[in-house]
Amino acid sequence: MLKRTHFNPSPLPYLLVTPQILITIIFFIWPASQAVFQSLLVEDAFGLKTEFVWFDNFIELFSDQIYFNSFGKTIVFSSLVAFLSLGTALILAATADRIVRGATTYRTLLIWPYAVAPVVAGTLWMFIFDPTLGIVAYMLDMMGYDWNHRLNGNQAMALIIFAASWKQISYNFLFFLAGMQAIPKSLTEAAAIDGAGPAWRFWTIIFPLLSPTTFFLLVMNIVYAFFETFGIVHAVTKGGPAGATEIMVYKVYNDGFIGLDLGGSAAQSVVLMVIVITLTVIQFRYIERKVEY
Amino acid sequence: MAEVILEKVVKAYGKTEVIHGISTAIADGEFIVIVGPSGCGKSTVLRMIAGLEKISGGIIRIDGREVNNLEPKDRDIAMVFQNYALYPHMTVFNNMAYGLKLRKFTKDEIKHRVDQAAQLLQLDGLLERKPRQLSGGQRQRVAMGRCIVREPKVFLFDEPLSNLDAKLRVQMRLELRKLHERLKVTSIYVTHDQVEAMTLGDRLIVINEGAAEQIGSPLELYEKPATKFVAGFIGSPSMNFIEARLSRDGQSANIQGDVRLALSDDGAPDFGDRKVIIGIRPEHFNISESNPQAIPLSVDHIEILGADTMVYGRFADTPDLITIRLPDIHHFKSEKVLPLSVAPDKIHIFNKDTGARI
Repeated sequence: MLKRTHFNPSPLPYLLVTPQILITIIFFIWPASQAVFQSLLVEDAFGLKTEFVWFDNFIELFSDQIYFNSFGKTIVFSSLVAFLSLGTALILAATADRIVRGATTYRTLLIWPYAVAPVVAGTLWMFIFDPTLGIVAYMLDMMGYDWNHRLNGNQAMALIIFAASWKQISYNFLFFLAGMQAIPKSLTEAAAIDGAGPAWRFWTIIFPLLSPTTFFLLVMNIVYAFFETFGIVHAVTKGGPAGATEIMVYKVYNDGFIGLDLGGSAAQSVVLMVIVITLTVIQFRYIERKVEY
Repeated sequence: MAEVILEKVVKAYGKTEVIHGISTAIADGEFIVIVGPSGCGKSTVLRMIAGLEKISGGIIRIDGREVNNLEPKDRDIAMVFQNYALYPHMTVFNNMAYGLKLRKFTKDEIKHRVDQAAQLLQLDGLLERKPRQLSGGQRQRVAMGRCIVREPKVFLFDEPLSNLDAKLRVQMRLELRKLHERLKVTSIYVTHDQVEAMTLGDRLIVINEGAAEQIGSPLELYEKPATKFVAGFIGSPSMNFIEARLSRDGQSANIQGDVRLALSDDGAPDFGDRKVIIGIRPEHFNISESNPQAIPLSVDHIEILGADTMVYGRFADTPDLITIRLPDIHHFKSEKVLPLSVAPDKIHIFNKDTGARI
């Protein structure tokens, strides 16, 4: 064993980690602790006086039916987004893995949506599906289907699910493709000789071997659907109609910055924070153990 | 079990032809080795037989049936890959049973066959393990087992021993040969290792740059190589090639100046007075002090291996080093001149332009 005194103490290592620590403190620890503190306060309507109320904000939150509705919507939204984007990306990656000619073009095109900002993606989908201007809405109308996501809550939900999934497909595609390319080709060849058709090979060989990637992406997609879809919701529906698309992260914004209930909003963001911390812990705990083959 | 017939099989990627029409008939139960340097196309031939590569021209028949357009699974073949290609997420049992399950065997039949193969390959007790818990040799045997349980018509091996260490490779080589003698399944084996080729194969196909140079038994290839390439590829250390001019009557060859080699009785009169390439294997030189016709070799350096001694030297002022393998231990100083003789029937003559045997 080397003794500590063998190393000359130097300030350099501390200096090198300082920027990272500063960034974490300024952009994460400080705002997070502010949110936790804020969630224990109630402010009056004019912002003149602040009262410390312990957990009253949380008690109120958990007895609020609207909050639970929002929670349910978030679950539906995020699971559908994760399922849709993972499924589509998996199919696209499997196809991209097979083709030889034009593979680079195909891949590049598939990766592009990732470079689109959430708000822009939302606006794009909003225009396509706009009840009065949108081309898809027009075509649906010709087919006798009445599309109006400004009035129909389910349609509004479907629209933001599509928009959010579309944007995430590129990310998933990249990881799936990389995962598939890491699987030796001889495995699928051996399975082909053993008598498995392409679909069966996929389900019995490729999919199980991709499971670490799939699990990682599942967690990442849920986190994405929970938190990063704010821009899409804001651009497409603003949580409407009548709160039909008000997922949790949007409700934080709506209650806090529009409704000016800062304490309640902070309490909601603390709940969200707990969820993301849980997901991250699951991610780190299990990804390298449980899904290993 | 079946015979495999290749008729002018061609493989081309776009306009580049990589396999230039290989034809051969592999008899039922034969162990044939496809051998050649890396990148010569030997694996491509095997993969075409397996159905993993499309055939650009010609016909491949297995058991009398043309298989050109059949999927690998319909060809009734089994293949051992270089990296074994075991399914890492399945146990040894499931690895071996995968193909049987797909072919709708009953549970009992599957268990019976896998147990039998496991016993044959000394894998009993390892059936519940995952491939990563096995040693290299055990993985290799599982890959073999996966082929055996299916009882296919043809076994294909793609350099199956090249990932093993030297000692294990020798052991597995013997086991493979024994296994073949027991099962008598037509086998096609690809390797770049000529020792594997010589010891395993009933017949060898030597491939160079996408064309079969020679097809024959190991001894035929050793004793009568059809081309200079085969002569140089088979045998270790490889054959010495010396440029020489044949005498007018074709009965002897002149190596630079007066050094003269007597050829076997029939000689090569058609090529009288022409420049040729003479090939002599290192093990076919003898030291003969008394022979007045002996060729003087000036020693450059020696390597003593115990059983043999390798002598490297030059004839007169020829530029190339000549390798000589003498049995036993010898201590020669460099610059020493050794009088050498070669039995006339051990001298191979090749056409200087085409490389073909004369």
